[in-house]
Amino acid sequence: MRHDFYGYFTPIFDLYQLFILSFEFYKLISNNYLAVFATNRNNIDSNQPQSTHLSIQCAFFNFEINHMELVCPAGNIPALKAAVEAGADAVYIGFKDDTNARSFAGLNFSGTKANKAVQLAHSKGTKLFVAINTFPQAQRWQTWQYAADQAADLGVDAIIAADIAVLDYISERHPNINLHLSVQGSATNREALAFYEQQFGIRRAVLPRVLSMAQLSHLSKTSPVELEVFGFGSLCIMAEGRCYLSSYLTDQSPNTGGVCSPAKDVEWVSTDQGQDTYLNGVLIDRFQAHEKAGYPTLCKGRFQAGEHTYHALEEPTSLNTLNLLPDLMQMGISAIKIEGRQRSPAYIAQVADIWRQAIDNASQGIKQQPKHWNNSLAALSEGHQTTLGAYHRPWQ
Amino acid sequence: MQLTLGPIPFFWPKEQILAFYECLQDQPVERIYIGETICSKRREMRTQDWLDLAQMLGEQGKEVVLSTLTLIEAESELKQLKRLCAQGQFLVEANDMGAVQLLSQQHVPFVTGSAINIYNGRSLRRLQQAGMQRWNLPVELSQNSLRDTLSQAKELTKQALPEVEILAYGYLPLAYAARCFTARHRNLAKDDCGFCCIEYPQGIPLTSQNGESLFIMNGIQTMSAKRFDLLDQVSTMRDIGVDALRISPTQTDMSGVIARFHQAITEPQSMTTNAQHINLVDADSHCNGYWFGQPGMDQRAIELNE
Repeated sequence: MRHDFYGYFTPIFDLYQLFILSFEFYKLISNNYLAVFATNRNNIDSNQPQSTHLSIQCAFFNFEINHMELVCPAGNIPALKAAVEAGADAVYIGFKDDTNARSFAGLNFSGTKANKAVQLAHSKGTKLFVAINTFPQAQRWQTWQYAADQAADLGVDAIIAADIAVLDYISERHPNINLHLSVQGSATNREALAFYEQQFGIRRAVLPRVLSMAQLSHLSKTSPVELEVFGFGSLCIMAEGRCYLSSYLTDQSPNTGGVCSPAKDVEWVSTDQGQDTYLNGVLIDRFQAHEKAGYPTLCKGRFQAGEHTYHALEEPTSLNTLNLLPDLMQMGISAIKIEGRQRSPAYIAQVADIWRQAIDNASQGIKQQPKHWNNSLAALSEGHQTTLGAYHRPWQ
Repeated sequence: MQLTLGPIPFFWPKEQILAFYECLQDQPVERIYIGETICSKRREMRTQDWLDLAQMLGEQGKEVVLSTLTLIEAESELKQLKRLCAQGQFLVEANDMGAVQLLSQQHVPFVTGSAINIYNGRSLRRLQQAGMQRWNLPVELSQNSLRDTLSQAKELTKQALPEVEILAYGYLPLAYAARCFTARHRNLAKDDCGFCCIEYPQGIPLTSQNGESLFIMNGIQTMSAKRFDLLDQVSTMRDIGVDALRISPTQTDMSGVIARFHQAITEPQSMTTNAQHINLVDADSHCNGYWFGQPGMDQRAIELNE
């Protein structure tokens, strides 16, 4: 009987063996190819499609390897250079006004500087994205319309937008520009993504920092567009685009003024005990002499609830998902976003460098990460603390 | 001008929810929004219970609207949302773009809640094309923004404007997070929260270390600690073209609040409204800053109708 059984199945068994062998072979080839690809990433033509998929064909099947993009922030030319040199696949910037959600004094790009930014990035094969991701009010619509036209004229690789009118305008007037839905667009499920995809043809969405890994994994299987997630930087704990806490205490929010807890309203007051921090006259935190007083971001203050005084909403900490990178890659997440257009060139160089290596390693199937990466990232973080945030369900 | 009642933002026991709506039968609110808008784990009322309640309120002559969850993350939440959007009998208030998508695909008219970001006339018209028949002004926008939005929309097309609704009374919904702040307050994980927010029927007040009331933690939602109150602004809102005023439920004095707004709508010249209001309002517990383009927590002096 045994003999008969094997005799009957031998041809199929051989085919199966062949299949396995070919799979191993092509894995080998693809990894080597990816290694070459990673080394030469700066030479890639910037006119290529938004996400790079390497198709590897063999006699029996095709499989695709998603090249995960590293998307880095830049608030000025030196920061942009730092990001490009460290190996960012794309750099995102904003114009020097409140059309973007990092509308800080001394930051961002005027028309000439933006032009220089595009030239610089493209000369190294790096993509340039422009964030026009605040919500224009009717009186000032022209400013957003001008920003969109300007970005189109500059030949940027994508515009990151949130407002329906802005998305609508760009998709009508500049249909050839890649549209990315900003995190401020606040899409957290596939139906919301489908709305923006069907109405405005968005290619990619940046997801709010509210999903757990399980939810993200599910969404990645059903999303109609590419997904970009935050990898590292300041942690916004509310669903972005739907948080009005800042305008409740001050007169500006990310949606209206492109800023949260605006610097113009911050006060540092020395006390007998140490230092108090205020936002528009509201006491956000009280520090003892031995504590380092942090910026009064309103959701990271110590408040009183019941009998307890504690960081009731969130601790001053940064998001760091380095440890999740292999899983994010396996899910097919298209890009990792580094937060921090307000950060220094040195900060961006360090963060981008670590993430470049991490992504290259992960795409070659190397799961081991040197410990000093996480230590270096922690040292660059708010309060020298990092968290996995909402990706890690117990955090929620 | 219509008086409406928003969905209950807090987690109350089922009996209390049903008792609350029973008391409304003879109250002068014409439209009632019902449903769980904050957390899908709050299941004192199942979807069918809400539908039954909708039926009952409808039979009492109220316009009933089913309000959807605001932050939709899990597949189970999407499934629930689909059921609400496909029920076909009652109007739905979309609080997430996912709901807008589902409703517009079915060519069903809908209302948008204040967490749908419509900041200008172009966005307003675009969502109107998708089926929006009434919109709620985002909470952080001022009367000037509202005026400009409506005139921009009028300039774009001649089509009638969608109806305008404004939150006129209640705690302001300010933020939504993945994290549950109530569970965190109790040192519980969200997945093991024990539904503890049922113990806080008015949420958990959050004050600054020098005693200033700031926010209310309500599960994953953060609300204003002060009550937003536009009672003295009813005639201004009417002049701008506001069609409906929304009262957000709290546990205290609902019938008093409803009566005052009803009077302000039906007897605009009534001095008692103002007199009563001035006695009630103080800057520590009330705010109207957003309406005047100021920080939301500010309270600008009451305007008299003289």
